[in-house]
Amino acid sequence: MKNRTVKVDYLARVEGEGGLFVRVKNDVVTEAKFRIFEPPRFFEAFLRGRHFTEAPDITARICGICPIAYQMSSVHAMEQACGVVVDGQLRALRRLIYCGEWIESHVLHIYMLHAPDFLGYEDAIQIAKDHPDVVKQALKLKKIGNDIVALLGGREIHPINIKVGGFYRVPSKTELAPLAEKLKWALDTAIETARFTSTLPFPKMERDYEFVSTSHPDEYPFNEGNIISSKQLDITKDDFYNHFEEQHVKHSTSLHSVRKATGEYHVGPLARYNLNYDRLPDVAKQAATAAGLETTCTNPFKSIIVRAVETVFACHEALRIITEYEEPRTPSVDVQPKAGVGHGCTEAPRGMLYHRYRIDDKGIIQDAKIVPPTSQNQKVIESDLADFVSRNIGLPQDKLTWQCEQVVRNYDPCISCSCHFLKLHIERE
Amino acid sequence: MGRKYKPKLAVWKFASCDGCQLTLLDCEDELLAVTDEIQIANFPEASRAIVKGPYDVSLVEGSITTSHDAERIHKIRRSSKVLVVIGACATAGGIQALRNFANVEDYKSIVYASPEYIDTLSKSTPIADHVFVDFELRGCPISKSQLIELVTAYLSGRKPNIPPHSVCIECKRRGTVCVMVSTGIPCLGPVTQAGCRALCPSYNRGCYGCFGPKETPNTDSLSVQFKKFNMSRDAIKRAFRGFNAYAEPFRKASEAHEK
Repeated sequence: MKNRTVKVDYLARVEGEGGLFVRVKNDVVTEAKFRIFEPPRFFEAFLRGRHFTEAPDITARICGICPIAYQMSSVHAMEQACGVVVDGQLRALRRLIYCGEWIESHVLHIYMLHAPDFLGYEDAIQIAKDHPDVVKQALKLKKIGNDIVALLGGREIHPINIKVGGFYRVPSKTELAPLAEKLKWALDTAIETARFTSTLPFPKMERDYEFVSTSHPDEYPFNEGNIISSKQLDITKDDFYNHFEEQHVKHSTSLHSVRKATGEYHVGPLARYNLNYDRLPDVAKQAATAAGLETTCTNPFKSIIVRAVETVFACHEALRIITEYEEPRTPSVDVQPKAGVGHGCTEAPRGMLYHRYRIDDKGIIQDAKIVPPTSQNQKVIESDLADFVSRNIGLPQDKLTWQCEQVVRNYDPCISCSCHFLKLHIERE
Repeated sequence: MGRKYKPKLAVWKFASCDGCQLTLLDCEDELLAVTDEIQIANFPEASRAIVKGPYDVSLVEGSITTSHDAERIHKIRRSSKVLVVIGACATAGGIQALRNFANVEDYKSIVYASPEYIDTLSKSTPIADHVFVDFELRGCPISKSQLIELVTAYLSGRKPNIPPHSVCIECKRRGTVCVMVSTGIPCLGPVTQAGCRALCPSYNRGCYGCFGPKETPNTDSLSVQFKKFNMSRDAIKRAFRGFNAYAEPFRKASEAHEK
């Protein structure tokens, strides 16, 4: 079997519509494509002419899985354009709601989208037939993430309480208190989840990635910090477009983000972990060690363990914020529009999400650029596919196909996010 | 009880953010109970397993924006006994229907370097413009409890109990003080369908119309009130031109405030 094709027309257990295609000739991989056929929705176009205060509500609709990420990148960009810094408890509450989104999204991915691959099930509902307690516990943990988002944001999907300058309403200490009790259970369960993920069978694969994430001197990153890489890069977010570009690759169906100096790069949990390990709290470091992780990890399949470790971090961080919380005097700071450009770069559960806006003195958006994590990971997903198939060329077709799907799902790709910015060309056979 | 027939449920996606189908996975407390009663026969976001149609109930998320999708929805209709559309994209064209007020060729060249590769229609349209729809569940996103009510209703062969009245009724029920009357915050509540439990006013902000127009909305009267708050024509236009911009009453109200 020298020539073969691995083809998945509609990739399951990812957010959005995509497929994959790998061609092998004479035992050599000649083509590896992660195809996206999600229809474009033109957010960057219709944001023009909207008021700067509308950006968080509108951009949330790019993705139902990670709306907080879109809201956070947009509010930080607008605040920078208007010369405002949101600090103190309002800043802490923003970290808290991001913790909620990470818990909800990571647990969804770990148990419902990714674990079935390792365990040989089609989905989590099948897992529930054999191991009901595992799935019930996962749903309960996921729900605690959603509870944080719903309490602070008003609802789990497309929260309504985030605004440029802060929040419409902030919770009282008493409102937050019940969350602390739930989070204590969640922290233990997240630690148990890390242990569980470490028992999964991992295909052998180590790659020399260039990892890119934001990085803050004192904290594991959410909303602030420079953009750094594992290959000599340390820039402010304002400098993003001087170092990164979206490229049109020949015969490719989509725009790929590359670092101008070095090419493809990897964003997401693995990148954050490798670049910010020392800023994890001890409890997360211990969970990582217990799960057999070193301070670096370059096996993309093990991203499932790293997601669990980040869930431990998010539960711990949420507890810390709630314990130290004092209700701020006002729910938001006043932000007056100012003509200028603002950049926002925050860490969505699946990786760095960059926004740039130019607004006029009345606050009307003149220009918007949005670079979601999945479009940044596309090139690396394709090279992982090529690498994986060339190492496993002897596998039977159905197993190879399933594992290729798993290679893509390692990145928890959010196609709904990425497609609105990607070059799109439907190939029909 | 022995083996009983499990109705087949399918979930389909068109142009959307995935949030409405995620609502099903967000029913953490009910999900396993639901899967005891129904067979999830096609739900790619959650499962690799695909069971062939016909399906007892199809949930359709997203709007029609490509010629390929305009064909695909007919196939889905043919294989579904009941077809229910979920969310603002499927019921009104969604936020991506903002293109309907502009020239889509301009939009393509703003976002894409080689616009000729982009296969897209000039308008984003709701599912009901293409096929017969049994029920429309509103919201951006839909409400969990309304989704559970809808699935339960169709499984037991009755009509879902989804009230078409305004958000104002929900504020009164909750005991939320009217944000427009008490603090002069513009609010679309009087013309917007209930379903969110009047969420925004309970967080001290005005409703922005996620659930689309209520039955018999008086947008003219609300616009007069907005003018009294010194809202510019452009701001009033933008208020109606949101996630349900292409729903007829909101479309007409925004067009009435075009320059």
